[in-house]
Amino acid sequence: MLSYAFRRVLSAIPIALIAVTVCFFILRLAPGGPFDGERALPPNVLANLRAHYNLDQPLINQYFIYIWRLLHGDLGPSMVVEGFSVSRLIAIGFPFTLTLALTAFVIATAIGVLAGMFAAVNQNKWPDYVLVLLVMVGVIIPNFLMAALLQLWFGVYLGWFPAGGWVTGSWMHLVLPVTVLAWPHAGRISRLMRGSMIEVLGSNYVRTARAKGLGERIVMARHAIKPALIPVVSYLGPGLSYLLTGSLAVEQVFGLPGIGKYFVTAALNRDYGIVLGTTILYMFIILALNLIVDLVYAWLDPKVRYR
Amino acid sequence: MKITTALKAVTTAGAFALMMSTAASAVTLQMHNGGDPGSLDPHKVSGDWENRVVGDYIEGLVTEDAEAKPIPGQAESWEISEDGTVYTFHLRDEAMWTDGTPVTAGDFVFAFQRLMDPATASDYAYLQYPIKNAAAINSGEITDFDQLGVKAIDDKTLEITLEAATPFFLDALTHYTAYPVPKHLVEEYGDAWTEVEHIVANGPYKIVEWLPGSYVRSEKNEDYYAADSVQIDEVYYHVLEDQAAALNRYRAGEFDILTDFPADQYSWMEENIPGEAHVEPFLGVYYYVINQEKAPFDDVRVREALSISILRDVIGPDILGTGELPAYGWVPPGTGNYVENAYHPEWADMSYEERVAKATELMTEAGYGPENPLDLQLRYNTNDNHQRIAVAIAAMWEPIGVKVELFNSEVAVHYDALRAGDFQVGRAGWLLDYNDPSNTLDLLKTGVEQEGTMNWGNNYGRYSNEEFDALLAQASSEQDLVARGQMLADAEKIAMDEFGAIPIYWYVSKNVVKPYITGFEDNAKDIHRTRWLTKSE
Repeated sequence: MLSYAFRRVLSAIPIALIAVTVCFFILRLAPGGPFDGERALPPNVLANLRAHYNLDQPLINQYFIYIWRLLHGDLGPSMVVEGFSVSRLIAIGFPFTLTLALTAFVIATAIGVLAGMFAAVNQNKWPDYVLVLLVMVGVIIPNFLMAALLQLWFGVYLGWFPAGGWVTGSWMHLVLPVTVLAWPHAGRISRLMRGSMIEVLGSNYVRTARAKGLGERIVMARHAIKPALIPVVSYLGPGLSYLLTGSLAVEQVFGLPGIGKYFVTAALNRDYGIVLGTTILYMFIILALNLIVDLVYAWLDPKVRYR
Repeated sequence: MKITTALKAVTTAGAFALMMSTAASAVTLQMHNGGDPGSLDPHKVSGDWENRVVGDYIEGLVTEDAEAKPIPGQAESWEISEDGTVYTFHLRDEAMWTDGTPVTAGDFVFAFQRLMDPATASDYAYLQYPIKNAAAINSGEITDFDQLGVKAIDDKTLEITLEAATPFFLDALTHYTAYPVPKHLVEEYGDAWTEVEHIVANGPYKIVEWLPGSYVRSEKNEDYYAADSVQIDEVYYHVLEDQAAALNRYRAGEFDILTDFPADQYSWMEENIPGEAHVEPFLGVYYYVINQEKAPFDDVRVREALSISILRDVIGPDILGTGELPAYGWVPPGTGNYVENAYHPEWADMSYEERVAKATELMTEAGYGPENPLDLQLRYNTNDNHQRIAVAIAAMWEPIGVKVELFNSEVAVHYDALRAGDFQVGRAGWLLDYNDPSNTLDLLKTGVEQEGTMNWGNNYGRYSNEEFDALLAQASSEQDLVARGQMLADAEKIAMDEFGAIPIYWYVSKNVVKPYITGFEDNAKDIHRTRWLTKSE
């Protein structure tokens, strides 16, 4: 298992380098620059700014300067948020994004798994139909619309929760954004769990277990849940990365200081440092999550380890 | 023992209750401020959302009253020489940074030199170019900063010498480019002086927290010379660019003031929260630029036809819904130091049918019509309102034989294309930095040659007229305000008669203010310093 993990980590290094290189050059090929705003800057001011950020150098030099800094753990300065390094902005924003995503992840996974099992056991009965309906609502409504609707209903009309903003330590401020993020995620998990559980419950070994006279709860706990979780686990990695990267609309509507917002604003402002920095961060998260999922998968399904 | 414990408990509870009541009586203003500040350094900022924060914690020689008119700030008085070129400011004895260091004339000298230092790369340094040698230092022609026309006579007396008499100079001094910076901290920490652990203030508020992406928080500066009259104790400047979400939070009672709102919600607000939406004329012009280096847009008949066939009256009230006034001239109404009767062309009084007929005639003369339509690409930056206007104007141009291809792109790409001259017709807008007609007329000045290439600055359409340029140059050294105003008006007439650009509407400011907030005075600069506000809830 350890050597398998080590091989995976080693193979991630060239992937990361290629991704950074492609991202660097694609970003520079895009028209417009970080200092192209509504008002023209005087040429000498522009020249000074470009020199300060090494943008006056040939592109290949800029690339090597970036890689050299990166190897020293320096993600460079932000070109738009004066005085902030990319690392510092990430250090400020990422904990918020992570808190949101992890809270939504845990809640959605727990609800999704339980709801999927419940629907499978009650297949084609009314609880199953209610679940399907709730899942469809969560998946079909885009999260920016869901965010606006929840904000309006529960923040403005009912006044049950804050309509936005962030107060450290206040779980009330987390309820609406986490709901928006978790709902579709829980929906997808419950559908996967439901389908997988129905399949497992219809399998021969479960039938054998029942025939041996084991109670339904024991059959579920000992024989059904673990194999039924396999497709769910394989979804959890991409699911968490989706929650981390997909929190943009939620951060925008609720005014939360996560890095999703930085990423989009930076892309529009051509703040190369932030775009590259957040891309690198997400890339490592996705690579790490995939690795973790593969390891968990191998634990759940021993056949994987010997391949 | 029990009595002692009880007494302790009562004392603790009493102290806690006192603390709570003090905290409860603090008045906190929750202000929606739009974008995330790019900086808190007055030499590094450029947006109105940054101005709201910076203008509350730093004060210049001159500051604004509730109506945004210049009033004494850190300088309690000043004298102006007879020829209007030398200003002598007397700083208040009580002018103080929050670390207890006095604000001195040396801080201002240092700040102006830092502003003009090319290494600072301040976007708006040019706003202080009326100061002697400022432009030359900023462009690197003069490297001796002591030649800048800003001198400290003593710790509390500052002398500023201008290149020429400048009627809007006091107004320009209210701008953040003229704010002092604490020399002792900038020398110690460099650009990091604005980090919350180092930052100091000399204005009515001091910065205590900055959470990028969420808010900046400031508290009342008790050492401010007018602290007794400052009513709000604490201000949150919230970052939230989604205007619909901001309106929801305003309705939920989380914001006291919105500094912008979705235009399509205006009628709802008028009906449901009457009196809370403040839509007022604002010094700014929304316009289309025409690339006059490209045929057939170098033909004045084509430019005239495109301009007069736009039915401006429907854009503000119907397309945007916030009632922006139609613009037929270049200088916004209400601009200071100007003539009373602004430019108003004859064609503006013609019926729309007559204008379309005349435009069709002009297009025919230029060789275009239904049989041979003019294919035109109209560029605008991504924004719902820009799109709505572009779609409407494209429909207005259709009857005169113009087929429009709409092309939208994000801001950076859009302005990059405009500056490169890679467009035919493009959307632009200008909000005045200081209250003077020269600020908008300068947009149509001929570019200057620099290092073998023409630098057109913000004159994207590359309009050029020698007589226009000469009038602007002449006006810049004219001391008689009436004569100067007339020269600028003559210049405006020349540019507009030649359809140097197509003005479409005058901007409006869009604020929403809770009824319990008082002291919020609508003004053409849309500047509302927190020190004038009170919250009665």
